[in-house]
Amino acid sequence: MATVTADAPRTALPGFLKQSVVRKLLLLALAAAVLVPLADARWASGSWPGALTVDVSEPLTRVSDWIIDNRDSHPLFIYFLGHISNAVVICVRAVYLVLLAAGWAGVTAAASLVAWRVAGPRLAAGTGVAFLACGFLGMWVPTMQTLALMVVAVLTSVAVGVLLGLAAGLSDRLDRMLRPVLDTMQVLPAFAYLLPVVLVFGIGVPAAVLATVVYAAPPMARLTALGLRGADKEVLEAVESLGTTARQRLLTARIPLARKELLLGLNQTIMMALSMAVIASVIGAGGLGDRVYQALASVDVGAALAAGIPIVLLAVVLDRVTGAAGEQLGEEPHPNGRRLWLYALVGTAAVAVAGRLAGRLDWPDAWALNIAEPVNRAVDWMTDHLYSGVPVVGGTADWAAHFTTWVLDPVRDGLLWLPWWSVLLIVAALAWLIGTWRTALTAVLAMAAIGVLGVWKPSLDTLSQVLAAVAVTLVLGFATGIAAARSDRVERLLRPVLDVFQTMPQFVYLIPVVALFGVGRAPAVAAAVVYALPAVVRITTQGLRQVDPAALESSRSLGATPAQQLRQVQLPLARPALLLAVNQGVVLVLAVVIIGGLVGGGALGYEVVAGLARGDLATGLVAGAAIVCLGLMLDRVTQPTVRRAKKGA
Amino acid sequence: MRIRTTTAVVAGVSSLALLTGCGAADMTKQASPFANAQGAKTVTLSVQSWVGAQANVAVAQYLLEHELGYRVDTVQVDEIPAWDALSQGRVDAIMEDWGHPDQEERYIKDKRTIVPGGDLGVTGHIGWYVPTYFAKKHPDVTDWKNLDKYADQMRTAESGGKGQLMDGSPSYVTNDKALVKNLDLDYQVVFAGSEAAQITQIKQFAKAEKSFLTYWYEPQWLFKKVPMTEVKLPAYKEGCDADPEKVACAYPHTPLQKYLNADFARSGGEAAALLKKFKWTTEDQNEVSLMIAEQKLSPEAAAKKWADSHESTWKSWLS
Repeated sequence: MATVTADAPRTALPGFLKQSVVRKLLLLALAAAVLVPLADARWASGSWPGALTVDVSEPLTRVSDWIIDNRDSHPLFIYFLGHISNAVVICVRAVYLVLLAAGWAGVTAAASLVAWRVAGPRLAAGTGVAFLACGFLGMWVPTMQTLALMVVAVLTSVAVGVLLGLAAGLSDRLDRMLRPVLDTMQVLPAFAYLLPVVLVFGIGVPAAVLATVVYAAPPMARLTALGLRGADKEVLEAVESLGTTARQRLLTARIPLARKELLLGLNQTIMMALSMAVIASVIGAGGLGDRVYQALASVDVGAALAAGIPIVLLAVVLDRVTGAAGEQLGEEPHPNGRRLWLYALVGTAAVAVAGRLAGRLDWPDAWALNIAEPVNRAVDWMTDHLYSGVPVVGGTADWAAHFTTWVLDPVRDGLLWLPWWSVLLIVAALAWLIGTWRTALTAVLAMAAIGVLGVWKPSLDTLSQVLAAVAVTLVLGFATGIAAARSDRVERLLRPVLDVFQTMPQFVYLIPVVALFGVGRAPAVAAAVVYALPAVVRITTQGLRQVDPAALESSRSLGATPAQQLRQVQLPLARPALLLAVNQGVVLVLAVVIIGGLVGGGALGYEVVAGLARGDLATGLVAGAAIVCLGLMLDRVTQPTVRRAKKGA
Repeated sequence: MRIRTTTAVVAGVSSLALLTGCGAADMTKQASPFANAQGAKTVTLSVQSWVGAQANVAVAQYLLEHELGYRVDTVQVDEIPAWDALSQGRVDAIMEDWGHPDQEERYIKDKRTIVPGGDLGVTGHIGWYVPTYFAKKHPDVTDWKNLDKYADQMRTAESGGKGQLMDGSPSYVTNDKALVKNLDLDYQVVFAGSEAAQITQIKQFAKAEKSFLTYWYEPQWLFKKVPMTEVKLPAYKEGCDADPEKVACAYPHTPLQKYLNADFARSGGEAAALLKKFKWTTEDQNEVSLMIAEQKLSPEAAAKKWADSHESTWKSWLS
C-alpha cells in the first residue's frame, strides 16, 4: 500500500548541512532560554499544567444529547443528512440485490471475465479461484455484503476524490488549501473517525460507508491532482495552439494524460476502503468484518481466519487486477477489444441464467471446508507449549512481562517524568532537523493541543508504546529488508507472506497475541509490529535495490567486502527510502497500537473503545482528537523529504 | 454543450429525489440494506460481545429460521450503541440487557421508540472473583477486607506495583475504579479491553495455577472450565450505587431483560411474538454458551443441539 515517491533530492552538502543543523539548534536553544523560565515560573514543570487545559466534555455531551433529541425532527437531519443516509442504504441494497440475483456462479463468472479482459488469463483464473474459495470457506453471503458495501464506498470515494483532485489540480490556491487537509487525513488512524459518524448517522451501513469514504478518498484526490499537474507541458501547448477551450483541453488532453495516476489512485482507494471495511464492523457494518469481530468475541481464531481470508483474497485480486490494468494502459488496444468485451458480457449472463435455472443461486451448504478447527488446534498447541516454562529461553508470557517491565515501563515513566516544555522542545528540534520550520511548528502545535485537551498522560503512554513498537519494527524490518535486497530467493519467498500480513485485517491478530503474550500493552505492541513490518521490509528492499549499480560496482572494484558495501554505499545512498520506511512504520504502528485498546493496551486506544462502547462522545472524541494530533506530530517528526517538491504528492 | 449539461444535472437531481423520496427523509426509520433481500422475511438481532448473548441470539435465530421461515441477520454492537440502533430500527431486538436506566428513560418513556420485551429468565450478577484453587488455600481471601494481604500475589507487569484487578470490556457495567478507591484497596484496575481478551488471560492464569482477581459475572460458561469463588464486597442495598463516584457496595442481582423496537413489536408478526415469549434458564444458556465457546461449535450447530433436546421448552414460545 505504501507508494514510494522518495527520490527526494539529496540533502545539501554535508558541510552546509552541519552548519544549518547547528544554526537551527542554536536558535531553538535561544528560544528555549527565553521561554522556559517564563513557563516554568508561571506553571510548574512536570506534567502538563492544569491551567492550560480546556475541558470540552460538557459542551460535547450537550452536542451529543442535542443530536439524539433532534435526529427525528430537525430539518438538518430530515432534509439533508437523512437523504444522504437514505441514498447510501438504497445504493448498497441495490448492489447487494444484483449480486444475489446473479448467484455465486454469475458473480464468479463476471469477476473472472472482467479480470480476463483487463488483466489477462492468468489473473482471470486467480480471480475465479479466489471467489470460489470465499464460498468454500462458508463466507459467500458475508463476502457479497462486503462487496456491496465496497462498491458503493469505492465509487463514492472516487467521485469525491476526483472532484477534490480536479480542484487542486486546476487551481494553485485550492491546491495550497487542500494539501495540508489531505496530508492530515492520511495520517489519521481510521479508528478515530468512527465515533462522530456514528453519532450523526447511527450504527450501521450508512455510517460505515461514510467513514470509509472519508478514509479512502484522499489518495484518489492526491493522485488526480498529481496527474493533472504532471501533464506534459508541450502536449498542452500544442493542444492550446489548436484553439481549444479550457474545458476541451481538460477533457481531451489533461485527463487522458493523467490516466496512470488515476488508476493508481483507484488502486490505493480500493485497498484503503477494504482495510476500513473491517474496522467499520465495530459500528455495525455487517459482512466479513462483522464475522471477524464476532469470532474475536468468542475467542475463536479459526473462525476469524475463515472470515479474514476472503478479505485477503479480495484485496490481492483487486490489487493485481487494477495494477495490471494500469500497466496495459500505454499499449495498443486489442483489435477486437469490443467484441471480446461482448463475449465476456454474454458469458456472464449465460452462467448467471444457467445457475438460476439449475436452482443453485445460493452457495450450497455442503460445499464447505471447515478450517476453523485445525487452526484452533494449532493455536492451542502454540499457547500450551510456548506460553511459559520453555527451557532456557522462557515462554512468551515471560518475554512479554520482561518487555513490559524493562522497555515499556521505563520509556513511559521517562516520557512522563520529562517536564512538559521539554517534550515540546524535543519535538520541535526533531521536526526542524529533519524538515522545515513549518513542519516543526505543526508538530509542536499538535503536541500542545494534546496537552490543552487534557489527555497528556494517556497520550504519552500511547507514545511510549508507539516508540517501543517502532524500534522493534525497524530492527526486524531493516534486517529482513537487507536480506531480501541481497537475495532474490529470499525476496520471492517473502512476497506472499508480506502480502498476507499487509492485507489481513488487524483484528485477526488480536486473539493470538493475547494467547501468546497475555493481556496488556505487550500484545498491542506485538500486533502493531506484525502489521507494520511488511511496509518497512518492502520499502527497505526497494530502496536498497534502487541504489545506483555503478556506485556499487566502483566500490567493489576498490575491494570493499559485502559488509563494507552495505554500510558505506548502499545504506547511505538509500537514506531517503529508509527514512520513508521509518515514517510509514510510525504511522502504521500508531494505527494498530490504538486498536490494542481491545486487548488491554490502555491509554488512548482504550478511551476510544470506551467512547464507542458507551456512546460517550466526550471521552471518545477527545481521545480521537489526541490520536490525530499524535499521528500528525509523529508524521511531521519523521517526514523524510526536506521540502515537499513543488509539484507531486 | 451547455444544454446537455443542464439536462444531465436536472436528470441527476430528479432521479436522486425519486430515489430518496422527495422531501423529508427520516433517518431514524431505516432498516439495514441487507434486510428482507429477495422477498424473505428478515429479523435483525443485535449480538453483544459476551458469549451468553451469542447463545440467546443463536437459539432465537435457529427457531426463527427453522420453525417460522425467517431469515435472520445478526450485527455485533456494544450495549449503549445497541440501544440507539434499536430505537432507529437498525436492529429489531436486544435479547439480553443488564440494566441501563438512562437509556430506558430516554427511549422507552420519552421517545417511545423501544418497548420492553419481558424477562429473559436469567438472573445476572457481577462480582469480584478469585480462582477456587486459590480460595481453598487461602480461605480468608473471599472477604474484601483481606484483599490487601494478597495484593503482592496478584501483581503483574501491568499493575504497577499494586495488585491487579482485571476488568473486561469498557462497555460492561462497572464501578470497579470507584470501588477500589472508596474501599481504599491496594489494587490497580487493568482493563483487558474485551471479554475475549479477559477469557484468554483467565485461562492462561488457570493453566499455570496462578492467583488472580477479576471482575466477572454469572451466568458464565467459563465457571465450568475455571471454577471461581466470589469475593464478598460490602452488601448491596437499594440505591447504594446511585452516585457513581461514591459507590462502596457490591453489585446487585439483575433479572436480565429483552427489548424490542416499538414498530417491530407492533407489526413484527410471529417473529415478535416468539421473541417476546423467549424465556429460558441460566443452565440452558450456559449449556449453549459452553458449546459455542469451548467446544467451538458454530452458534448454529450449538443452537440445533440444544433445540433438539429441549423441545418442550421452546414449543411453548411458538404458540
